[in-house]
Amino acid sequence: MPLIRTPHLSDPDGFYEELIHSQRGLTDEQAELMNSKLVLILANHIGDRQVLAEALALARPKAATQA
Amino acid sequence: MLKTYSYPQFPYRQSAEQQSGTVRRHPVVVIGAGPIGLTAALDCAAQGIPVVVLDDNNTVSIGSRAVCYAKRPLEVWDRLGVAAPMVERGVSWKVGKVFFKDDLVYSFDLLPEPKHQMPAMINLQQYYLEEVLVDACERSTLVDLRWKHRLLSLQQHDDHAVLSVETPDGIFRMEASWVIACDGANSDTRRMVGAGFTGQFFQDRFLIADVVMKAEFPTERWFWFDPPFHRGQSVLLHKQCDNVWRIDFQLGWGADPDEAKKPENVIPRIQAMLGPNTEFELEWVSVYQFACRRIDNFRYGRVLFAGDAAHQVSPFGARGANTGVQDTDNLAWKLKRVLDGTSPLALLDTYHEERAYAADDNLLNSTRSTDFITPKSRASLRYRDAVLELAETEPFARPLVNSGRLSTPTPYLHSSLNTPDEAEFSGRMRPGTNCADAPVRVASRDDWLLHQLGGGFTLLCFGDAPAADGIEAGGAKAQVLVVGRDLVDADGVLTERYDGQPGTTYLIRPDQHVAARWRQFDAAKIQAALRRCLCL
Repeated sequence: MPLIRTPHLSDPDGFYEELIHSQRGLTDEQAELMNSKLVLILANHIGDRQVLAEALALARPKAATQA
Repeated sequence: MLKTYSYPQFPYRQSAEQQSGTVRRHPVVVIGAGPIGLTAALDCAAQGIPVVVLDDNNTVSIGSRAVCYAKRPLEVWDRLGVAAPMVERGVSWKVGKVFFKDDLVYSFDLLPEPKHQMPAMINLQQYYLEEVLVDACERSTLVDLRWKHRLLSLQQHDDHAVLSVETPDGIFRMEASWVIACDGANSDTRRMVGAGFTGQFFQDRFLIADVVMKAEFPTERWFWFDPPFHRGQSVLLHKQCDNVWRIDFQLGWGADPDEAKKPENVIPRIQAMLGPNTEFELEWVSVYQFACRRIDNFRYGRVLFAGDAAHQVSPFGARGANTGVQDTDNLAWKLKRVLDGTSPLALLDTYHEERAYAADDNLLNSTRSTDFITPKSRASLRYRDAVLELAETEPFARPLVNSGRLSTPTPYLHSSLNTPDEAEFSGRMRPGTNCADAPVRVASRDDWLLHQLGGGFTLLCFGDAPAADGIEAGGAKAQVLVVGRDLVDADGVLTERYDGQPGTTYLIRPDQHVAARWRQFDAAKIQAALRRCLCL
C-alpha cells in the first residue's frame, strides 16, 4: 500500500492541538528528543519500508540535495 | 611486561638460501606472521603448497588486540586442525548489557542457534591465538616460518616477484611465484606495489586496556553509551581468559592519545566504571586509531592481499581478524589450482570478486555501527538517544540499538563461481553461502558435517546413492558423500538446514561454500557447475 497522501485524520483540529500541546513546557532539546521518539514509534507501527521511504522523501526539504 | 602472560621469543635462524647466497624460487611467500599470515600458511600447507612465512619480529601480538573470534573463522581453523585449543582456552559470553548515561537500558541473552560444533564466538587474547597458530606452523613440514625477516622491497615480474629481505645476517634476495601480503593495516607491501587504499569514511581513536580483576566479576559484555565516567563517548568491557578483562574507551578524534594512556588518567576512569569496591590491576594499555577503507584490488600482479592489509574496519563487531581468516579460506584452494596450472588466473580474480564484496559488506556494517555509536550531527544524536531511551521499556526499539553486530560471514550471492538454482529450496543455504554445520554420525560415532567437507570439492547427496562416486573436471574430483550411507543425519538437523529432500545434491567448494545444488543428481549439470567453479 502506498503512503496515504489524502486526508486521513478524523479530527484534524483536535489532533493538531494535541500535537502542539504535547510539547508544552519542554526545552528545545527535550522537544527534539520527543520528536525523534515519535518518529521511531510511528515508524515501527507502520513497519512497511516502502511507505517509510516515501514519507522520508516527502518530508525532506525540496531545496536540499538528494539524500 | 604482563602479569598473566610472558611473551615467547622465537629463535631467528639463518636460512640455507641466505647462507649459500643462492636465489631460490618459492611457490608462496607470506609476509607477516599475525593471525592471518599464519592461517594463510596453514591453509596453503593443507593444500600441499610449501610456504615460507616472513615476519620482521620474533614474538606474538603485544597486548590482547583482536579478542573476539566468531563461529566461521573457528570453523576454518577447525578445518586446519587448530580450533580445539582456541575454543578450550577461550571464553564465551552470552549475556550482554547496554547502558546509557547512568542507567542500565536492557540486558539480552545471545541464545546462539544450537547444534553447531563451534560456539557463536569466543574471546581470547590475540597472543594465545597466535601461539596456537605458530605451534601448528612449526609442526607442519610444509611451513617454513622465518622470524626477524623484513621485506625491504619487491619487484614484480610476469610469473614471479623478487623479494629483498633483511635479516640479522644482512640482506638477501628470494623469489616467489606468489606473495600473500598479510602485513596489517599499515602494510609496507601495499605501498611497495602502489595499491590504493581508500574509502576513508571516518577516523577515530580507541584506548584499549587489559585489566586483571582481583575478584569475581560477571562474564558479560557491557557496552556504555555516553557514561558518566567517560562523557560523550562509548565504552566496551568484555572478558578474556586468565581473568583478564578488555576495556575499549572510545577517545574521539580530538583527544591527545599520549595523555589519555597515562596510568594516572586511565586508572581513575576504570575505577569509576567498575565501581569503587572493585580491585583491579592495569596490565596493558594502548591507543590505536582506525579508519574504514579497503584496497582497490586484492591482487596486484603476483601479490595477493589478505586481512587488514586489504581492508580496515572499525572494531565494532569483531570484523578485522574474523574477515581476514575468511580471506585466506577463500584464497588457498584457488592459489593451489593456479599454481598447478589446472585453472587460469581468472580463478584468482574471483578472490578479489568475492572478498572485496565481503569487505564492502563488513565496511557497511561497521559504518552503521559507528554512525550509531558516534552520531555525526545533532539530529542523529537525538535519534540515537531516543532509541536508547525507548529501548529501556519498548522491545521494538532494541533491534535499533547498534553497539556492533557480531561478524557473520558474507555470502557470495552474486559470485561468478555460483551456478544459480533451478528449483525452489527452503532454509538459509544458497549458492555462495558457507555450509551450515550439523551433527551427524559417521561410522557409528558422533561427528559434525563440516569435518566431512573441505580441502577438495564434495557432492553432498540426500536420498538414494548416485551410481558415480564422484564427478571430475579439470583434474578436480568432487567426491560423493551420501547422507544415510556415508554419514547419518540422526537428529534430522542436516536435512532441515539443507532442505534435503530425496535426490537433493549440493556441490560444495574446498572452502565449504555452496557452489550449486539441484533436486536430482545430474552428472552433466554437476560437471558444468564444477567447471564454472574452476573458471574452466
